Amino acid sequence: MKPVLKQISQIAFGLMSPENIREMSVRKIETPDTYDEDGYPIERGLMDPHLGVIDPSLKCKTCGSKGGECQGHFGSIELSRPVIHVGFGDTVYKILQSTCNKCSRILFNENEIETYTAKINEIMKNGESLTKTIKEIYKEAKTRDKCPYCDEEQEGIKIDKPISIMEGGYKLTPSEIRERLEKITNEDSLLLGVNPKVARPEWMILTVLPVPPVTVRPSITLETGERSEDDLTHKLVDILRINQRLIENMEAGAPQLIVEDLWELLQYHVITYFDNEASGIPPARHRSKRPLKTLTQRLKGKEGRFRSNLSGKRVNFSARTVISPDPNISINEVGVPETIAKEVTVPVHVNEWNIDEVKKYINNGSDVHPGANYVIRLDERKIRIYDETKEAILEKLEPGYIVERHLKDGDIVLFNRQPSLHRMSMMAHEVKILPYKTFRLNLCVCPPYNADFDGDEMNMHVFQTDESRAEAKSLMRVQEHIISPRFGGPIIGAIHDHISGAYLLTRKGSTFTEEQAFQIIRKAKMTIPKRKNRDWDGKELFSLLLPDKINMQYKAEICKNCDPCLGKKCHYDAYVVIEDGELITGAIDEKGYGSFSGKILDKIVKEYGSDRTRQFLDESTSLAISGIMKVGITTSTHDEDISEEARKEIQKLLNEAEDNVDQLVKDYEIDQLVEAYENGVLEVLPGRNLNETFKTKIMQVHGETRDKSGEKTENDFIMENYPEREREGIQDHLNKADENVDQLVEAYENDELEALPGKSLNETEDNVDQLVEAYENDELEALPGKSLNETFKMKIMEVLGEDYKKLKALPGRSLKETLEMRIMQVLGEARDKSGEIAENNFKMDNHSVIMATTGARASMLNLTQISACVGQQSVRGGRINRGYIERTLPHFRKNELTSKARGFVHSSYKEGLNPSEFYFHAMGGRDGLVDTALRTAQSGYMQRRLVNALQDVSVKDNGMVTDNRGLIIQTMFGEDGIDPAKSDHGKVADLDKIIDEMRVK
Amino acid sequence: MGNIDQEIIDKVIKIAKKKKVDFPESYVDDIAEAYIRRELTDKELETLIVRVKKAYESSKVESGEAIGTVAAQSVGEPGTQMTMKTFHYAGVVELNVTLGLPRLIEIVDARKTISTPTMTIYFDEDHRFDEEFVKKTADEIAKITINDILDDFHVDYVQKNVKIVINQEKVKEKHLEFNDILLKIEKSFKKHIIDIDNNKITSVDGGLTGARIEASSIDNIKITIAPKLDKRTKGIQFRDIRLLADKIRNLQISGVKDVNKVIIRKDDQWVLNTEGSNLSAVLKKEGIDKERTTTNHIHEIYTVLGVEAARNAIIKETVDTLNEQGLSVDIRHIMLVADMMTADGTAKSIGRHGISGNKSSVLSRAAFEETGKHLLHASIRGEVDELTGVIENIIIGQPIPVGTGSVGIMMKNK
Repeated sequence: MKPVLKQISQIAFGLMSPENIREMSVRKIETPDTYDEDGYPIERGLMDPHLGVIDPSLKCKTCGSKGGECQGHFGSIELSRPVIHVGFGDTVYKILQSTCNKCSRILFNENEIETYTAKINEIMKNGESLTKTIKEIYKEAKTRDKCPYCDEEQEGIKIDKPISIMEGGYKLTPSEIRERLEKITNEDSLLLGVNPKVARPEWMILTVLPVPPVTVRPSITLETGERSEDDLTHKLVDILRINQRLIENMEAGAPQLIVEDLWELLQYHVITYFDNEASGIPPARHRSKRPLKTLTQRLKGKEGRFRSNLSGKRVNFSARTVISPDPNISINEVGVPETIAKEVTVPVHVNEWNIDEVKKYINNGSDVHPGANYVIRLDERKIRIYDETKEAILEKLEPGYIVERHLKDGDIVLFNRQPSLHRMSMMAHEVKILPYKTFRLNLCVCPPYNADFDGDEMNMHVFQTDESRAEAKSLMRVQEHIISPRFGGPIIGAIHDHISGAYLLTRKGSTFTEEQAFQIIRKAKMTIPKRKNRDWDGKELFSLLLPDKINMQYKAEICKNCDPCLGKKCHYDAYVVIEDGELITGAIDEKGYGSFSGKILDKIVKEYGSDRTRQFLDESTSLAISGIMKVGITTSTHDEDISEEARKEIQKLLNEAEDNVDQLVKDYEIDQLVEAYENGVLEVLPGRNLNETFKTKIMQVHGETRDKSGEKTENDFIMENYPEREREGIQDHLNKADENVDQLVEAYENDELEALPGKSLNETEDNVDQLVEAYENDELEALPGKSLNETFKMKIMEVLGEDYKKLKALPGRSLKETLEMRIMQVLGEARDKSGEIAENNFKMDNHSVIMATTGARASMLNLTQISACVGQQSVRGGRINRGYIERTLPHFRKNELTSKARGFVHSSYKEGLNPSEFYFHAMGGRDGLVDTALRTAQSGYMQRRLVNALQDVSVKDNGMVTDNRGLIIQTMFGEDGIDPAKSDHGKVADLDKIIDEMRVK
Repeated sequence: MGNIDQEIIDKVIKIAKKKKVDFPESYVDDIAEAYIRRELTDKELETLIVRVKKAYESSKVESGEAIGTVAAQSVGEPGTQMTMKTFHYAGVVELNVTLGLPRLIEIVDARKTISTPTMTIYFDEDHRFDEEFVKKTADEIAKITINDILDDFHVDYVQKNVKIVINQEKVKEKHLEFNDILLKIEKSFKKHIIDIDNNKITSVDGGLTGARIEASSIDNIKITIAPKLDKRTKGIQFRDIRLLADKIRNLQISGVKDVNKVIIRKDDQWVLNTEGSNLSAVLKKEGIDKERTTTNHIHEIYTVLGVEAARNAIIKETVDTLNEQGLSVDIRHIMLVADMMTADGTAKSIGRHGISGNKSSVLSRAAFEETGKHLLHASIRGEVDELTGVIENIIIGQPIPVGTGSVGIMMKNK
């Protein structure tokens, strides 16, 4: 490996002066044409061979090296008239605003200049950001309207983004602006945000344009032989063409107007050359209407130079293919297809100890597996190994050569799956060469990569240096990442069949004949224990894997949280006790060694180290797999069968819930009416007064109608709808209300109505007449103003009281929200209860249930949805309420609020959904998908911001946490200096655990 | 856990000192607590301390560890698993609170206005169980408008005025002082003609000051408010009256600014939950526990109580948000994020306007967002990139200065 010869210690930024640009330039570019008819670059054209060459057959006229070696040289264009650099339009404007229009001094008096200069120097010394102070200066200076030096009154300067700068009504030309900027002294320029050490304000107005070398803007030759130029070249051609025309016109003494137009055009082209997305400027386009990608666009954004090529780089010695599972390899390993192994290589430094081995590789060549592809000679020439060259290479091979040999078993590689959200997304694996074309990985490492095998692909990188290999081996290996730094618990562990397998193996009453037991052990590739000459208990099998002196107790996943807990005597065998490495009671399930929650796993990592844990995981998972194959596990929809009684019970429950919802809706409608009535916004039915309207409507809600002939009376209604004890009171109230109304009408008619307290009746005579008339005709809603209406309302409400209200809105919630909440509650309960009924029907001999309860896959909820009731479908966090006007589907009445009309699925998946349920289910499903898509984008951006903000933070030797500037963020990480990855779920030690252990001994 | 005997704590500290460890405070407390709870002998205590010491020393962070990246990943990664369902009822049924990913983003953004500010108000020892007092305070805090104490409201287009009748009972119920209401009305409608109770108390040009009403003597009080005739415009438009009516209805007569609803709740003691938040005003109220009363508005905590409080608020809110989603993230990571946000004494956001925008390195800023702006500014300011951060070194292709890249090997010159 080549040693680092030079290190970049800093990068200084600055502005280029016209002199700089001319100095740097190897050629002045004058002709807008690129190639002549023969396809040769034109001298002083944009492809001038002085600017460097791409074609390896040509020689650069400046440096003499061939294409590919010459990195190119800048040229320059002399602009016939100056133009503003787009990026600095705003800065130029701010500077002009802050300086005198006549003498170009900053609009501060000497004292101010001094204080600000001191301030700026102080900030620069501390290496802090100047932006804030400079902004302050701009803001302050522009308020001054008289120059303290030449007493000139200041005309306001305005900007029309991005670059048109106006003084009064006059548009300043770039030449004029440049003249002004030239006059700014170096001292003032510092205050204006232009550091005179590296830049002058007038340099923001361009007089010479640097022309990047051809290597920056290579032209491509299409299949048709046609040449296609880079966008930048196109833009430069435009600039040159206009520049030439401008020169010609000026020389010919063309009218001012034409010259100005051309000047403007030149400005436009230079703007779009720098930034083709500048606001207020129409982007320059290709013939195909595609906007050109100019300088700013090359740098900016996700596909820009910075994020795409500088922060992330493409690499060699990497491979990508589909992944598939292999339970027979260790968690530390990765299965690599032979075809890949023959492609990506490891450089081996030949020395006297390995020369024989290396010779074998070379002899095998690049087509036979443990072979080699290239040899790097002492003179650093890289030679491909062919059958023909093999002999010659072998002969010359000597220590100091580097041989790029194929990947072979035991090599360390980096393995990665995107999105790389945490450090466990890239781990080091040992290579295991396997046939076929997929990467193989142990199932236990699926959770950290978040991988499955539905077509996922993963990447592999081969280390090229010994340092990196050593580092990876000690820091990045899978076994070093069993504990996640996120929460201090295992993230690598058993999943799916490992868990159900372990459960089947270790559950109560699981015994095997010695032959069976040995078959399982053999299959799991464990060392064969001594014969016992009796049946083996499943727990004994599992105990074989446990470290010798491990002691622990915990409640398994299958625990039903009984009260009181029976401990070791648990009926469900859910209380796990391990003593001296023997599983005494309890079945192993997800809590035991599953990923995210495995307690045994956790303990082994922390007490026996990662090597032992890897061994335990490898062995226990293969034991579980061989166990599950012996016992057998199978599932079908019959697992979700429930008894007829249970089904009936569920049906009853759901019907009840539906009735409850209907009742709630009724209550709601009544409350709505009462509210409308109280607020005087109830629309009166023709031929009724307000009071009557109200009553009729309430009866309609109850499903009763009373037409005018009065087939059904209010009395009937009350008798039917209110319990006995309430009847009398309501009857009374209604009678009184009627009486009152009658009285009021009479009083009105006789003009005797006294003004109610707070009510104005002293309207004009006309008004009163109108009111009385309207009232008599029962046209209350047509009344202007509503004092009469409200008088009635108040009188009536006084007698009626609030007895009509039933649902009653929760404080701070609207009636509708209250209703929705109550309905959701009722339906949620119904679903849960129906689930419970189904659950009680399930037994632990049911394989689906085993999988759900042990935490292997699926959940009880999934099973009850299949067998009992699917439940409420939701869109945007609420019941479904969209679709047609005022209803979800045409199957329902308008504004129907019942459970069925709003997406409650009564059926179970097994029964099948009816069409409307199916449709709602699809809506809910789609909403879920949309939600996921939206969320990934949002959380991805948040993570990018977090990482960018925190990436420079690290722990220093003294335990302090600082950023790259040395700013102290924390004096001790997390207030105790503990690495969560080494902690026990965030704690250093479980005191009770330690005490228990102490007392045992 | 504040009630552990100082004696025992001292004892733990003494033994720890003897064993040459310096435990953080919380460890000492935990050990002392375990000492009491498990009735340890002194000998056992000693072995316990030795064991904890061993565990403590073996699980320290190693120097150079790129702890920032780990923290950022640990907070960011669970984001993918969170729900987007914005609203949920946290504890109190009546209140909507933003939760899940949107809330996490809000915290990290250090927003000045958040979507659902809410406060939890506790009472001091004297008033914790005083229902009457709590209700009174609730009424003082909650927003009450004229609309809430109206008995009748009438817009008279003929006489071009607005008539309101104030219900004395409601006024009393809300613990309001009638005269305060009058003053408020007077103050808010200075440019209007106000007529109270049919001229019983008349004011000239709105100069009501000093007018007092014996509140008990009158049931409902009628107030008429009319706009004054403007000399410039001709007459009063209907629109003006309608606007005036709305203005009167929505005139806030009591309550704390920015607080809308107050919900009274009783767990083991009386607690108020509010919709809207105004910490500084609420803390000034009598009888409130100033230590426990809090808000979910981080920026407000920052302005009222300072950075350290803001830092703790960020931690608490983040932990609560993650826990509610059933995600476990070690608190140390969250602490680091919070400390980073508050490191320079202000609450800065994570992103281009906050931490990332204030980085010293030009390349780092350019690589994050607003590439062009940063490069152009750097050029006229003459900025120098010292290349001390991670991204800068990736960009120029040098080893990064964290983790194993933070150390070098010096060879002995033979």
